[in-house]
Amino acid sequence: MSGQTSGLAIETAGLVKTFGETRAVDGVDLSVPTGTVYGVLGPNGAGKTTTVKMLATLLRPDGGEAHVFGHDVVREADEVRSRVSLTGQYASVDEDLTGTENLVLLGRLLGHDKKAARRRGELLLEAFGLTEAAGKQVKHYSGGMRRRIDIAASILNTPDLLFLDEPTTGLDPRSRNQVWDIVRAVVAQGTTVLLTTQYLDEADQLASRIAVIDRGKVIAEGTKGELKASVGAGSVHLRLRDAAQRPQAEEVLRLALDADVQREPDPVALTARVGGGAANGQGAAEQAARALAELARGGIVVDNFSLGQPSLDEVFLALTGHDTRTQAPQDTQGDDTERHGTKDEAAA
Amino acid sequence: MSTTTPTESKELAPVSAESLAALLIAKERPPRPSALSASLTFGWRAILKIKHVPEQLFDVTAFPIMMVLMYTYLFGGALAGSPSEYIQFLLPGILVMSVVMITMYTGVSVNTDIEKGVFDRFRSLPIWRPSTMVGYLLGDALRYTIASVVMLTVGLILGYRPDGGIVGVLAGIALLVVFSFAFSWIWTMFGLMLRTEKSVMGVSMMVIFPLTFLSNVFVDPKTMPGWLQAFVNNSPITHLASAVRELMAGDWPTAEIAWSLGWSALFVLVFGPITMRLYNRK
Repeated sequence: MSGQTSGLAIETAGLVKTFGETRAVDGVDLSVPTGTVYGVLGPNGAGKTTTVKMLATLLRPDGGEAHVFGHDVVREADEVRSRVSLTGQYASVDEDLTGTENLVLLGRLLGHDKKAARRRGELLLEAFGLTEAAGKQVKHYSGGMRRRIDIAASILNTPDLLFLDEPTTGLDPRSRNQVWDIVRAVVAQGTTVLLTTQYLDEADQLASRIAVIDRGKVIAEGTKGELKASVGAGSVHLRLRDAAQRPQAEEVLRLALDADVQREPDPVALTARVGGGAANGQGAAEQAARALAELARGGIVVDNFSLGQPSLDEVFLALTGHDTRTQAPQDTQGDDTERHGTKDEAAA
Repeated sequence: MSTTTPTESKELAPVSAESLAALLIAKERPPRPSALSASLTFGWRAILKIKHVPEQLFDVTAFPIMMVLMYTYLFGGALAGSPSEYIQFLLPGILVMSVVMITMYTGVSVNTDIEKGVFDRFRSLPIWRPSTMVGYLLGDALRYTIASVVMLTVGLILGYRPDGGIVGVLAGIALLVVFSFAFSWIWTMFGLMLRTEKSVMGVSMMVIFPLTFLSNVFVDPKTMPGWLQAFVNNSPITHLASAVRELMAGDWPTAEIAWSLGWSALFVLVFGPITMRLYNRK
């Protein structure tokens, strides 16, 4: 428990992992406080999974240091392993075995005797609403059920630190909400959670601190409030009736919102961020309403209007000046070396 | 999967936050399992897989039967006068050959299995590292035993009469299973080293065919050219086949047993560490 006195579950300094020419992780510094959900946000190929794998002792760092509860992930790997659990991007359970068999297998590997492993497995299946599917092979489970058995397998022994690598990628909204509920229940009992995600709203829902990672580097880090202040709390999207009014509307919006206005490829559409800068994420709706009123006063007809959270693309644009798509070539290269990644992306 | 998805969405019970919390509150962790216990647990996993996909036993049942029938009747008349004469000589040898050939499936299954997410979980557990691989091979040892029993049964039906009796036969099978367990570390190495299942299969064939055929399984090496005799007489398969043959015939071939066990130890000592190195790097 030595690490808990310092209050940090994870501490990394200049963490590097290279695959051939690609620097998949390029000097990552993280400080994750215990007892919280820490979000690592970034697009495919940003280095999220590679970072998690190094922290979970699955990959050796090529440079820098990483400590989990004060234990070095290379030199004290076994110490680290006994305190963490990993739920990978792909199902980290044996698909040929049934739900019960998976949990008993892992329970036995964690040192429980047969009876205790079976008992704990039963209780977990019950808590996760999987009792009926307990005797079915995991390969016949739906996406939502797989996620559940996967997380159940990760908390057979309550871990001090749980890695959730993109836990909701590919899930329908309902299953996604259920996974979120599970994460909240886990963290409520004192487990630290490191969550990687491609979705800003997921990080927003669960995490108290967020690191945005791009091309192997942390490009922004802070509380949700701090991050939003730098990006803007939301975006206003609007569609005009008349494309000819667009330059005029752009000007009105710029003044009303005090923000950059972007022209969309669609000739009648405009996008602007609201609630950024000094507003610190507050009053986005009021600002947007004011802007709408200004547009009406100027005689500009708005057909369609929406106020939403900034998408990951917008966050990236704001933080890096390039969008997530420009990553594509690097992606493919990185995933060639990481064979798991390739399969997963093909599936997604 | 398409059949289960629609029904599941209405059946799937909600997650119970209270019972989950009650479970999570238990923070005690049992002591980590011993190396043996972890290996046996992985062996249990291998047996569960056989239970769920019994078709995978095809290679340890149909293939050995085919081997015995084929070679007994193909060579029997020409080499020993009659198939029933020949099988007295052939059966222990063909048993060795078939089981050693079957070991190569280990590499293929390691190669396909290692790509799955569950291996990341295994590797993040605080257990004795080689237990995953040892468990594999323990499961395979069961398959080798099944193959041996199947072949012996066919042999007995065709007229094979081992003078060593039950004890001799069991000793022969035990030696064969021990050797095959050790030999399989070559395949776990290739399974982890090569990128695709096909390349594993290809390399395995390249190793296994010359190794098993260039031995004393089918004929006495005396008729072979000198350079070939030099190879055949020193091949681990020849030592093993001689040992098994004599054990089943009721003798105790100390030297051949020692050679077989020596080779086994060598395989484990050389390919075990290489396998684990690759496994840790994966």
